[in-house]
Amino acid sequence: MYELRGVTKRYTRGKETVDALAGIDLTIGDGDRLVIQGPTGGGKSTLLQMLGGLDRPTAGSVELDGTDMAKLSEAKLTKVRSENIGFVFQSFNLIPTLTAQENVETALVPLRVKTKERRERAAAALESVGLTERLGHLPAELSGGQQQRVAIARALVKQPKVLLADEPTGNLDESMRDEIMDVLEAMWKEHGLTFIMVTHDSAIAKKAPRLATIRKGRITVKENAGA
Amino acid sequence: MFFTYLRRELRRRRKAALVVASGLALGIALVIVVSSVSSGMEKAQGKVLQSLYGLGTDMTVTKAAAPTSSSSDRPRFNFDAQDNGSDKEQSSDRVMVQGFQTLAASTVSKVDSQKGVADSVGGLSLQVIRVNGQFTRGQFQQNQNGGGNQQGGPGGAQPSPQGTVKGGGADFDVNNYSVYGTDVTKPALGPLTSSKITSGRTFKTSETDAKVVVADKSYAKEKKLKVGSTVTIKSVKYKVIGIATPDSGDAAANLYIPLKQAQTLSDSKNKVTTIYVKASDSQQISSVKSTIQKNISGTTVTTSADLADTVSGSLSTASSLASNVGKWLSIAVLVAAFLVAGLLTSSAVSRRVREFGTLKALGWKSGRVTRQVVGEAVVNGLVGGALGIALGLAGAYVVTEISPTLQAQVGSSGGGAGGGPGGPGGGFGGPGRQAASKALEVALTAPVSLNTIVVAVALAVTGGLIAGAFGGWRASRLRPADALRRVE
Ligand SMILES: Nc1ncnc2c1ncn2[C@@H]1O[C@H](COP(=O)(O)OP(=O)(O)OP(=O)(O)O)[C@@H](O)[C@H]1O
Ligand SMILES: [Mg+2]
Repeated sequence: MYELRGVTKRYTRGKETVDALAGIDLTIGDGDRLVIQGPTGGGKSTLLQMLGGLDRPTAGSVELDGTDMAKLSEAKLTKVRSENIGFVFQSFNLIPTLTAQENVETALVPLRVKTKERRERAAAALESVGLTERLGHLPAELSGGQQQRVAIARALVKQPKVLLADEPTGNLDESMRDEIMDVLEAMWKEHGLTFIMVTHDSAIAKKAPRLATIRKGRITVKENAGA
Repeated sequence: MFFTYLRRELRRRRKAALVVASGLALGIALVIVVSSVSSGMEKAQGKVLQSLYGLGTDMTVTKAAAPTSSSSDRPRFNFDAQDNGSDKEQSSDRVMVQGFQTLAASTVSKVDSQKGVADSVGGLSLQVIRVNGQFTRGQFQQNQNGGGNQQGGPGGAQPSPQGTVKGGGADFDVNNYSVYGTDVTKPALGPLTSSKITSGRTFKTSETDAKVVVADKSYAKEKKLKVGSTVTIKSVKYKVIGIATPDSGDAAANLYIPLKQAQTLSDSKNKVTTIYVKASDSQQISSVKSTIQKNISGTTVTTSADLADTVSGSLSTASSLASNVGKWLSIAVLVAAFLVAGLLTSSAVSRRVREFGTLKALGWKSGRVTRQVVGEAVVNGLVGGALGIALGLAGAYVVTEISPTLQAQVGSSGGGAGGGPGGPGGGFGGPGRQAASKALEVALTAPVSLNTIVVAVALAVTGGLIAGAFGGWRASRLRPADALRRVE
């Protein structure tokens, strides 16, 4: 699935340069579940951007199923994102003016799904995360946990190959965290996704079958046979 | 999705949308008011000119101004002096051709045959001075340094000669009024068309040399003339057949008589003072003007536009105010509104960086996001346009309701217009060069044309597109990675 070779991301701000990623080599197989942790500013989000085709590396290659995303045009990259990659963000990133259902529908817009089918699929996706009764609610009318469920439904409605989550429980309180983790885990199992998640939660990290740690742009991967 | 998203955005961010819209609304309202007031001014000027010309006249042809005519043309009165104590009244009418410049009647047909001339009619403007009173030994003295048989002031206008003047043993009235000889065979053109017959009738086309007169309403009132009364001009008795009321402003003359009669009275057979010309195409007036001037020498052609240039008074002040200050003000406000709308839209995009970044992360093409932003801006523009049109119409309505009165003086040197000086008692043009001047009062209206509304809508769309361009440009440059930014 993923094949990363010497991925480097250098940010330049004035005279200052930061190597957010400094030569990452990483292989992720189909249906894998990878948990990424590390200190703040280590480069976790930056790596996720490379994996999700949100940005291109300064050097190195990011192959997804044999295509190097580092070399794709913006239009092609947009297409890859719309078809294959689902995102869940720490701060949910729902469109505040759209209802839960419409928010989920936005993921199907680039795929040119017909309106009727779009509605149905969005409703089904919301149902699978347990939000059947909240279709018409605006994000502001939902709890944090519910908002994140909407975001998960939005990420999965298009049935992507990959689900990327950047601290999906970071903005939630204790009780919600487990709930969301359960939902994500269930989805991973149900859809046979490749699931890559950044987290600060050491409890989650401990349970992960494969744990990557990023420090100062360098990665170390640890297989957790016990999990 | 486009419309759902658009609708939701506009509804949920109504205040922000309203700020952008009201800025545009202000600009557009101003444009509507200014342009409607301007066209009101034009209409007012048109009214002023119409009262001089009559309906449908595009230009007048008069004899080119010549140096002061010889003294024999000047009014001259001869009275026999009476012995002291005699109370015999004498009266004398002097009939002068207005401006003392006449054209041969044959010029009318010459003008008529010019290319672009639809119709033309000749008319003769006369000025009658009646001196009426008792004369004892001594002679009529019109001004102090005069003596003997008085000659009219050489050139230039004289102060009002009316009133009783006692001097040199004379006790008399000087009365001054204007007579217009109209071509009764062409009732559709000429100065009489700007008046309505409110009593009696107008001339029959057969009355080419009849001793009949149509009196202007205010003159008739002053002289207590009614239909059926008799007016004597230079010992010729005329029967009043109708009373004419001008549509606006002053009448062109105090009395209207058939052209032939006027020519006889003033000893100017086959002469006219003014030819009223209707062009076949109102867009071609200036070319018709030059054709006439080129082909018929010794003539001056005055178009409405030429006359409009001579309009002065509060009308012309207001008119130039509307076209200059008003125009620049509305341009300035519009530009400011466009800029503000653009900046507000752009800053709204900045506040939605994460939202648009997220959509791009979801696979929305840059163009789709930009289209959304532009769509919102255009709708804002249209809302602004609607508000602006409502506001502008209200403004124009208020102006029309108040309908402030404007004064207009039309000064036409060189004997341009056929209209005579004001009513009796008004000053009259001295011999030589005519200096006809007319003061009118017109009410200002602010008619809003469909054109103006179309322009307003176009401006609204333009404003929306400009705002959209600002915002869309900003949105198109957002990176999908912005979705991962921390809460701003
Ligand atoms: N757009 C950017 N421009 C400049 N520097 C950046 C940019 N994005 C990230 N960085 C820098 O790159 C480094 C890695 O950032 P990144 O967001 O990947 O860290 P992180 O591991 O996700 O941290 P956190 O746990 O706080 O989310 C940091 O030093 C950050 O300041
Ligand atoms: Mg991060």
